[in-house]
Amino acid sequence: MALTTVDAAAKRGVSAVQQYSLLSARAIVNLFRRPFYGADIITQADLIGIGSLPIVILTGFFTGGVLALQSASTLAQFGAAAITGQLVSFSMIKELGPVLTSLMVSGRNASGMASELGSMMVTEQIDAMRALGTDPVKKLVMPRITATVIMLFFLTIISDLVGILGGAGVAVFMLGQDASQYFHTTYQSLQYPDILQGLVKPLFFGFIISTIGCYYGMSTRGGTQGVGRSTTQAVVVSSVLIIFMDFVISRFLIGIFGR
Amino acid sequence: MTAAGPAVETDIPGSQVYPDAPAVRFEDVSIEFDGKEVLEHISFEVKRGENRILLGPAGVGKSVLLKMADGLLKPDSGRIFVFGFEVSAMPEDELFRLRESIGMVFQESALFDSLTVRDNVGYRLIQEHVPDDEIDERVREALRFVELEHTMEKFPAELSGGMRRRVAIARAIITKPALILYDSPTGGLDPITSTTIVDLIIKQRDVYKTSSLLVTHRLQDAFLLATHRFNQQSGEVDPLPDKQNDPSTSFLVLHQGKLAFDGSTHDLVHSDDAFLKQYLA
Repeated sequence: MALTTVDAAAKRGVSAVQQYSLLSARAIVNLFRRPFYGADIITQADLIGIGSLPIVILTGFFTGGVLALQSASTLAQFGAAAITGQLVSFSMIKELGPVLTSLMVSGRNASGMASELGSMMVTEQIDAMRALGTDPVKKLVMPRITATVIMLFFLTIISDLVGILGGAGVAVFMLGQDASQYFHTTYQSLQYPDILQGLVKPLFFGFIISTIGCYYGMSTRGGTQGVGRSTTQAVVVSSVLIIFMDFVISRFLIGIFGR
Repeated sequence: MTAAGPAVETDIPGSQVYPDAPAVRFEDVSIEFDGKEVLEHISFEVKRGENRILLGPAGVGKSVLLKMADGLLKPDSGRIFVFGFEVSAMPEDELFRLRESIGMVFQESALFDSLTVRDNVGYRLIQEHVPDDEIDERVREALRFVELEHTMEKFPAELSGGMRRRVAIARAIITKPALILYDSPTGGLDPITSTTIVDLIIKQRDVYKTSSLLVTHRLQDAFLLATHRFNQQSGEVDPLPDKQNDPSTSFLVLHQGKLAFDGSTHDLVHSDDAFLKQYLA
């Protein structure tokens, strides 16, 4: 009995990975095939990108601020308070900017995609779309993936910038540090591999958020309860995958660039 | 003779590539879900211009059968042909083209809730980039057929259940498809609204002479369809004289995943089969 349960669970797991891979592959292929739903990409970019701007700015600003606040006292013990700007910029650009922005967008948009597509699934709107001659993967999934990948890239840059400014605000106005010194150490210590690491991550994270959100939405079964389940699973799985992929990408890029 | 057709590539409508092929043909079709056989060895045919009513208790697999006819579900075994094309073996991209000749009315209407009635009914035309003026005109014509011309700018949530079902019919007929699949079009509606919907289906059948496959578990609706006709002079639906039955309308009955009956209205009501007698009682 137990073996049968394990067997069935393993089959379900493998089938889920297969379905997810197929959906992602079809969405990517559809990017290069007609009809091209440009207007849908713009709409989604507005919803995902512009819509997420306030939470991304707030998160970035206060993360940078608290980073400066916490690190300055520790650095002061070693007489290194002057490099607060360097620490804030490194942390924001390489790690916290991409990861926190992605987690915020995941919470807001992976759930949104799963619930929206899930509701369409349980009310047969997806079937109706197919019956009316439109490929839902092309019309609904592809624009969401494209928009999320592009917009998360820019949201991360904004988050990095706002985080460094937040750190500067705390360092200058609360800790009495010199503004010129803060920005000088920030700028001087950064190298291209650091920027690259910070900009590669949101591309992967954007793909994870959108494909996981769409996958759970498109595989929703079981009415409104199923929609709720899909929404929760989409946020949990995409968040865990973001943190896991962050480790993998960091290790890979550190291996290549040595920093 | 049914052809395992090639891809629908020409500009000829999918329904006209093989003009002699039946509208729908099921050959020994079976499907199971989670290890449970839902439909077993189903074979039947819907000829051109024929209207077949699929009866059966709730949960017997009627909607599954209808979705398979539109290629929305694939059977585990057997073959399904629509206008000569084997939909059970066609890739999705080719099915999209064939579906231009098929209209489908879903059980719960399945209208896009974020679009207005105009955009729902004209959805296919919008996707084909038909000019706005032409879309408005054709949407108005389709809505006039279901007597809901005044709802163009409303959202589905603002309509009653019966109105939503009528909008779904308008959406299915706007491109004048050669085959219409109705999935429980009167399910969950009150008797008066159900009669309005059945009248529309009779009107569609008698005005446009399209083939159709209609799923229902409501016997009164099924027999209304078989015994009434649309009077084009008066614009009313009248009973056929001398208790006649509509010759283009016949029945299929599903029972425990198998086809329990395939024949005319007369044969159905005079059947000696114990299940059918009990079902019709």
